[in-house]
Amino acid sequence: MSSAASTPSPWQGEGHPHPDPLPGREREERAWAVLDTVLDPEVPVVSVRDLGIVRNVVACDDGLEVVLTPTYSGCPAIEAIERDVCDALGNAGLGTVRVRMQRAPAWTTNWISEEGRRKLLEYGIVPPQPVNATQGVPMQWMPQRVPSLLACPHCASRSTERLSAFGSTACKALYRCLACGEPFEHFKPI
Amino acid sequence: MKPGLDMQSIRVSSDPAVQYLLRLGDTCLILAQRLGEWCGHAPVLEEDIALTNMALDLLGQARAVLTRAGEIETRGHDEDQLAFLRDERDYLNLTLVELPNGDFAFTVLRNFAMASLLRLLWEQLAASSDTELGAIAGKAVKEARYHRQHAADWVVRLGDGTEESARRMQDALHRLWLYVPEFFEADAVDEYAASSGLGPRWADLRDAWLAETTAVFDKAKLQLPPEPKFRSEGKRGRHSEHMGYILADLQYLQRAYPGGVW
Repeated sequence: MSSAASTPSPWQGEGHPHPDPLPGREREERAWAVLDTVLDPEVPVVSVRDLGIVRNVVACDDGLEVVLTPTYSGCPAIEAIERDVCDALGNAGLGTVRVRMQRAPAWTTNWISEEGRRKLLEYGIVPPQPVNATQGVPMQWMPQRVPSLLACPHCASRSTERLSAFGSTACKALYRCLACGEPFEHFKPI
Repeated sequence: MKPGLDMQSIRVSSDPAVQYLLRLGDTCLILAQRLGEWCGHAPVLEEDIALTNMALDLLGQARAVLTRAGEIETRGHDEDQLAFLRDERDYLNLTLVELPNGDFAFTVLRNFAMASLLRLLWEQLAASSDTELGAIAGKAVKEARYHRQHAADWVVRLGDGTEESARRMQDALHRLWLYVPEFFEADAVDEYAASSGLGPRWADLRDAWLAETTAVFDKAKLQLPPEPKFRSEGKRGRHSEHMGYILADLQYLQRAYPGGVW
């Protein structure tokens, strides 16, 4: 942890003069607030913080360390997220930012915040139901047409069906409302 | 690529921990490459998306495992060098995953066999003495569960489907069954992994794998073929005739343009 010492601070970018380095705690709080504005590139209504992929922010002597956890092993967005996080914190004048990837414990959709769930639904994506992450979902046999228990995010009808186990990204599945006819996505619980 | 390095092949360590990780990482890598070939060719759009999504998960898992293999090897090999710069005999994937995709029946049956095996493996690897491997496995097991569910749905739907789909699925099972004994052949690499706590002997997963898969084959009304005499040996580096061609595809860019990046 750094303190408000008078020595020149290495995280002071030239473009963002910061004559009075903030105490570590305050920098961490500001960083969390900035992270509320960094949106997921593939679902650009929820922030990386709402998604629960920011595990920690730690002020250190030369700036900030941000601990991120990937959603899926092959998620192609993670590199863009890493860059967006560094850019946003750098632009806020919070100094040198290091991102550390942490795999364990594995990310679960249970970490998506209430706010995140509300935003997903408004965007037309049904948020994930709670999951027992250690046991997963029991095997079940799916008929060709899969009736679902999900309510349509557009008209709230429960008469919906699953069209595809995979959607536009690895984390979503594709559904259709049989009442209003609109397609919608579901953020799969993992 | 680092200055001074060229496109010459690298040689990997015969250290059993490295070999154990390469078997796993290469199996994920080569299956991902095969599934990627379906992009734009699957019978329906939903399955095109599914196959490539699963390829992406497998590729992510392969990257993590190969990176870890390189760290344990301590010869400075990163995931790209391990993926692109080895010769055929240094790839240690199961032979099954390098076989051509064949028809959709063979593809979903292979996915089911592999997801069942990988799920069992990842579950046990989550408790590995190597904490990084344990962390990789803790993530991957969730993905393998979903892959298995999806593939099992198709095995049942096609096996217990029309006359044509049932015939194709039964044919696929006969072809696939030749390559299953290799999964569970025990050797010194497995012994090392089990005794060091790195991971399970693959042979020890045999009973659970058979119980799980035969339950689905019963549901799909598929007949189990007899135990084959043939033994494939991909995980010891002796591959089928198909391996050279898939590596030519996989390695072409890095061999032609060393160090090329996006």
